Amino acid sequence: MQQGWIGFKTGNWEREIDVRDFIQQNYTPYTGDESFLEGPTASTTELWQHILELYKLENQQGVLDVETKMPSTITAYGPGYIKKELEQIVGLQTDKPLKRAIMPFGGLNVVRSALKSYGYELDKDTEKVFNEYRKTHNDGVFDVYTEEMLRARRSGIITGLPDAYGRGRIIGDYRRVALYGTDMLIEQKQHEKKELDYSEMNESTIRLRENISENIRSLKELAQMASFYGFDISVPAKNAKEAIQWTYFGFLAAIKQQDGAAMSLGRVSTFLDVYIERDIKSGTLSESQAQELVDHFVMKLRMVRFLRTQEYNNLFSGDPTWVTEVIGGMSEDGRTLVSKTSYRVLHTLYNLGPAPEPNLTVLWSVNLPQNFKNYCAKASIDTSSIQYENDDLMRGFWGDDYGIACCVSAMRLGKQMQFFGARANMAKALLYAINGGKDEKSGEQVGPEFAPITSEYLDYDEVSRKFDQVLEWLAGLYISTLNVIHYMHDKYNFESLQLALHDKDILRTQATGIAGLSVVVDSLSAIKHARVKVIRNDSGLAVDYEIEGEYPAFGNNDTEINKIASNVVKNFMTRLKKHSTYREAVPTTSILTITSNVVYGKKTGATPDGRKDGEPFAPGANPMHGRDKKGAIASLASVSKLPYAYALDGISYTFSIIPTALGKTLPDRVNNLAGIMDGYFAEQGHHINVNVFDRETLFDAMEKPELYPQLTIRVSGYAVNFVKLTREQQLDVIHRTFHERV
Amino acid sequence: MNNINDVVGKIHSVETCGTVDGPGIRYVVFTQGCPLRCMYCHNPDTWDANGKGSLTKSVGELMSDILKYKSYFKFSGGGVTLTGGEPLMQREFALALLSACKGEGLHTALDTSGFGDIDDLTKKVLSRTDLVLLDIKSINADTFKKVSGFPIDKTLAFAEYLREAGITAWARFVLVPGLTDNEEDLHALASYLTTLTNVEKVGILPFHQMGAYKWQELKLNYQLKDTPTPSETETERVRDLFRSYGFIVR
Repeated sequence: MQQGWIGFKTGNWEREIDVRDFIQQNYTPYTGDESFLEGPTASTTELWQHILELYKLENQQGVLDVETKMPSTITAYGPGYIKKELEQIVGLQTDKPLKRAIMPFGGLNVVRSALKSYGYELDKDTEKVFNEYRKTHNDGVFDVYTEEMLRARRSGIITGLPDAYGRGRIIGDYRRVALYGTDMLIEQKQHEKKELDYSEMNESTIRLRENISENIRSLKELAQMASFYGFDISVPAKNAKEAIQWTYFGFLAAIKQQDGAAMSLGRVSTFLDVYIERDIKSGTLSESQAQELVDHFVMKLRMVRFLRTQEYNNLFSGDPTWVTEVIGGMSEDGRTLVSKTSYRVLHTLYNLGPAPEPNLTVLWSVNLPQNFKNYCAKASIDTSSIQYENDDLMRGFWGDDYGIACCVSAMRLGKQMQFFGARANMAKALLYAINGGKDEKSGEQVGPEFAPITSEYLDYDEVSRKFDQVLEWLAGLYISTLNVIHYMHDKYNFESLQLALHDKDILRTQATGIAGLSVVVDSLSAIKHARVKVIRNDSGLAVDYEIEGEYPAFGNNDTEINKIASNVVKNFMTRLKKHSTYREAVPTTSILTITSNVVYGKKTGATPDGRKDGEPFAPGANPMHGRDKKGAIASLASVSKLPYAYALDGISYTFSIIPTALGKTLPDRVNNLAGIMDGYFAEQGHHINVNVFDRETLFDAMEKPELYPQLTIRVSGYAVNFVKLTREQQLDVIHRTFHERV
Repeated sequence: MNNINDVVGKIHSVETCGTVDGPGIRYVVFTQGCPLRCMYCHNPDTWDANGKGSLTKSVGELMSDILKYKSYFKFSGGGVTLTGGEPLMQREFALALLSACKGEGLHTALDTSGFGDIDDLTKKVLSRTDLVLLDIKSINADTFKKVSGFPIDKTLAFAEYLREAGITAWARFVLVPGLTDNEEDLHALASYLTTLTNVEKVGILPFHQMGAYKWQELKLNYQLKDTPTPSETETERVRDLFRSYGFIVR
């Protein structure tokens, strides 16, 4: 028996890597309320104050400090501390807090321009290495891209592709480090490699064997990195403090090796609760100490930083890292997975104040304990820092041990990953249908040339037919482009550590995305129910539309319009599925824009729904602002009708409401907010961001950002410090998602 | 009467996320048409039964929409609220809609100024009502008349009937500086409400200017242009005054 396992119930988890079984055998569901929670300890407060000072400097300068020479690897830097004597949980990405690392394996240009935008310069020798000796992912992709792919990328019909930086959206099962220690994990990988000894040596076996060898190497590096801090993690963690530290080391190694767009944490709370409960029972840990460990762990997660370019920041503003941690949910046997540590993690929003990271994601089930529902609703009302996703819906697809990568992408931990594919601009695709494949902004023939619509008024059947043609083309091009990207990413920028914390045989999804859904649906409705006149420029390109009459818009829970919306999603998904993918990934899609709804809007001409040239789209799956006339619930209900089975990478809805519109008293507000979520999720809604704010607060924060350093607001699938958004995005948030009723 | 689903009403709009007009999350139906002409009304566009934007909807149409939100009602302890305008201007419609809601097991609330006679039809409507939100402009008969243009008698008779019939009510009162905030009247109102054993809660609503633009749009003479919104402290003080009479006040 491993020393770290004494006192745990036995199970399959001892015989093979099976964290879920360990949790199921050993966790303690908690149905009580929050009264057991403790406030911050003196050292927590002192440490956090110190970090807030560092944040202040960082906000003034853009970045606090950057490494310009040594590319980041798991072992590139020695140990780093904030204030060593205060830190319960240790480990930094570089040698200093908030100092950003460079990761040129994704692409050198991005590193160079990011450094430049903050006034730094890449070390000449490092630049030479990557220019002359070492090819990057970005180089590989552009060696293969076709002219058509380049045109689609330039016009923005497909945007945000991870072809110049780390793809992210892979969750290592970091819990494995704590439960098994690195020795056992290495042994397992060696065993897996041996299993392949007599496989036919084709491309897939060769690649897999190379992958596993790299996995083993990175696990050894992980152990070495921990040793810099004085820890031997080759063996299982022996107590709660070690379990948190080991888990964090696993995550830390991942973010030293990769700066993927989203570097999510997984589902650690209830796993760690097993260790905390064991220590509390044996009298070696008090509640206050347990909370302190969680607070210190979360502080580290709040400090994750990557070096990004200005263009990236425009797309995904506020410096997000998507350290997503899912909390709660239900076990397949009907017990709740809520534990005391589910509360402890949420309680950091009070002990340390609100924050965008880690991206706290509550897995909601109508069967969650009422106490927990109420606590979550209250925390949302107080901090606007939580997002919610439908556990009852996802459990059917992914079981009861999945995490969320980035915003809304569910994946079974250690058993599944995705090839991230950003988004296709559906609104632009509709305009291509009208303009015969030409871009409405540039006039360039981006898609295949076919007859444009020439009538004065748009005809629903004609537009639908041509839209189908465009989608058919777009789906094929999109999948092909992703195949190129992920082939090269595996080759030049492989996530050897994160994949070391996966099984050998995993499910891969090819995660595409859709932007501008509500624009398309409203356009189709306008064409069908009102009369839409086309305004063309001198060269015959349709550039604007006049609507005569009224049309039912998405967001009013109109059965027919909901059906149009579902059909657009099903239509595109069905076409995506026709194409073969790299490593047999299963195509999926999401309806998610993050904050890029503003940028997408800018790049898209006027649309037949009455949206003007350059105006923002609604975020994610949201109805267009101001067109939902029947109040928030009708809007929610419309979104909940979108078919998750056809958008398995997630459907994002952002909900912002003023406190008084939730009810008159706090108990009313808690009851109503919990009721809204129960109703929405019982009706198959997938995701919801909840913001509870007065507009005045946000306007005030725009004027006096220094007074609101921690003001957090949920945007599409993640949260940001409101003051870190661009002014344009701040106005978008204020104008486009609020529900208020007098 | 034929099928109640065929009964039509004149509607101003609906709101699916009502949270202040009764318990839980409520589907709120705003009817069009009101006999009163309250000086502080923030929805003067609902006065004229045939006003611009008035929609004719059948009970059947409304019910099929309402039933889409059953889970939200169930989980939040909500239901349907009929408000206006003055819903009792369309009693046949109110009866049909509330009956249909009760038939579906939904909680019903009726927001009224108590205008109208207590005859069989009104009694029937109230028998389908789980909660009445009773708007009392003032307990002072002169002020009541001044505010609404009508005498207080009918509202008092209505309140009396609710007490006799044992229908749960929440009393509502709009606090308008210089108009309804006379200290003696406030005490008199609180004291009167103590006689109504069916009153569960009291809502004190601070006057606001958010309806002012509608008066302008309709070219109506708005007399409260310069009336301030009562401060949070003042509103809370009035709430405390009512609390001192033993009420749950919001």
